Amino acid sequence: MAESSLKHLQQAANLTRIRAMSMTHHSQLGHTGGDLSSADILTCLYLGGILAVDPEKPYWEQRDRFIMSKGHCSGAFYATLAARGFFPVEQLKTFMDPLSMLNGHPDRNKLPGVEANTGPLGHGAPIAVGAALAAKMRGEHWRVFVLTGDGELQEGSNWEAAMTAHHYKLDNLTVIVDRNRIQQGDFTENTVQLDPLPSKWASFGFAVREVDGHNHEELMQVFHSLPLEPGKPTCIIANTIKGKGVSFAENKPAWHHGVPTREQLLLAAEELGVEVPW
Amino acid sequence: MVVAPPVETSAKTYDCREAYSRTLEEMAAQDKRVCAVINDSVSSTKLKKFKELFPERFVNVGIAEQNMVGVGAGLANGGMVPYVCGASCFLTARAMEQVKVDLGYSKWNVKLCGMSSGMAYGQLGATHHSIEDMAWTRIIPNLTVIVPADPLETEQVMRYSLRHDGPMFLRISRVPVPKVHDRGYQFTLGRAALMNDGDDVTIITNGILVARALQAAKLLEERGIFARVLNMSSIKPLDSDAILKAARETRGIVTAEEALTAGGLGGAVAEVLALHHPARMRMLGLPDVFAPTGSAEFLLDHFHLNAEGIVNAALDLLGAKK
Repeated sequence: MAESSLKHLQQAANLTRIRAMSMTHHSQLGHTGGDLSSADILTCLYLGGILAVDPEKPYWEQRDRFIMSKGHCSGAFYATLAARGFFPVEQLKTFMDPLSMLNGHPDRNKLPGVEANTGPLGHGAPIAVGAALAAKMRGEHWRVFVLTGDGELQEGSNWEAAMTAHHYKLDNLTVIVDRNRIQQGDFTENTVQLDPLPSKWASFGFAVREVDGHNHEELMQVFHSLPLEPGKPTCIIANTIKGKGVSFAENKPAWHHGVPTREQLLLAAEELGVEVPW
Repeated sequence: MVVAPPVETSAKTYDCREAYSRTLEEMAAQDKRVCAVINDSVSSTKLKKFKELFPERFVNVGIAEQNMVGVGAGLANGGMVPYVCGASCFLTARAMEQVKVDLGYSKWNVKLCGMSSGMAYGQLGATHHSIEDMAWTRIIPNLTVIVPADPLETEQVMRYSLRHDGPMFLRISRVPVPKVHDRGYQFTLGRAALMNDGDDVTIITNGILVARALQAAKLLEERGIFARVLNMSSIKPLDSDAILKAARETRGIVTAEEALTAGGLGGAVAEVLALHHPARMRMLGLPDVFAPTGSAEFLLDHFHLNAEGIVNAALDLLGAKK
């Protein structure tokens, strides 16, 4: 990828980061750690030209489907959708306000670009499997992406969905795991061990690739290589750092739903090389 | 309220699953969006033929109900109209959060077919009974809930479901029932069917109990008591007008259902009455208990869900001698 494109994506991702943090500061609620860990993945998908979506026609039948299974990271998700043009960036200021379209967790009936109502964990993968099956049934070529958290994989429904995806050879389906190794209460491996995660997915019949979830070149490369194997669903394990890009939040379980103060917001902006948006 | 044309009830009985599966096959032949999702239960959902006719539109997710309902939502996202079919006890209880979030809250156009509901799996025990499904599904916003009474109504409800844009729960029994509706009957969402007219007492029921309620009305008539019988197949939306009319025009209401009365049809009718026109009531159904072991017929009798039980409840309500 051209250096200028990569630089552009990096700036966009950091803008998403500071917007998400500003939203959380505004509402005094949010999930800073996961917003920051998933920002690069979301940016590459939506602003790197991977997803075939059209903000002018959000319900275009042939669109690629992206399901944000880790719905609690709505800060990063909304900021990305706004950056892609699904709704005005200004609207991000209403995050979690009374009667806002920007719920704490995404609602497809309120916000264009949202494919599924998520929040309770383990819902995205089955929905993604259904949307991928629909494409196969209809002989259509849309692709389905689902972003899950890693702690979320403790929900059994994900593995039910994985078995179905393998059985029906859903090579139009890509599961991306935001592997930041921290869940709400503690590190994942101190809670209920997930490793060896790549071989778990492989044993469920997925073609698996591990990438640095903050390296845009690696992310774009793997997204351009889909499906990794014809006839198999793909699992991309994106190794990330919870709180990525903001020194005081990085790799700290307390920042799962930590809320930044105004001072912390200014410090984060400085570290990210962007300005606090409002 | 719609007036149901009279029908000669005969001894011949039918499994409503036959009407449901035959209608689903016909709808799938006419509409390419129709597909089926099941959890291993090809035979108990009577979808063997559907699988043969439309293999590419038949999804078996295995024994995985949460996934099954989520897959249904995803299929709807992709423009299909999925019929997600499984034993009601597992479909509702195991996948309740998916029913709430992926269907009710999300408003996906998915049709849940809860098979062998109520106490149809009699001897298998309380694990396999689905006496809670009425209360659980009825309270979920945006979820339409229907309990058809016989093969004709089952067919009509299935056809209606394809025209209805939104999530639905259809409760389909395997307990054999006689025909209670004539060919001239037309199911209407949110409208009770007047099965028998009367001004003394009203019996509100649905599903497999409609035939029993009609028998009860005959027995009451022999005693000079004229019972109005309403088939409340549309549990949500509920026909409040028909309930209030009955409360005004008759001396009391007996509800009869193959479910827990708390939160079920009895609860639903009581909510309407309490707010708008308090009336005397008797509720037949399961009290706050799990059913013991026994055949479906045995259990229906055990809980007085038969003609005699309904008659006694009506007499008790009217203060008449039993």
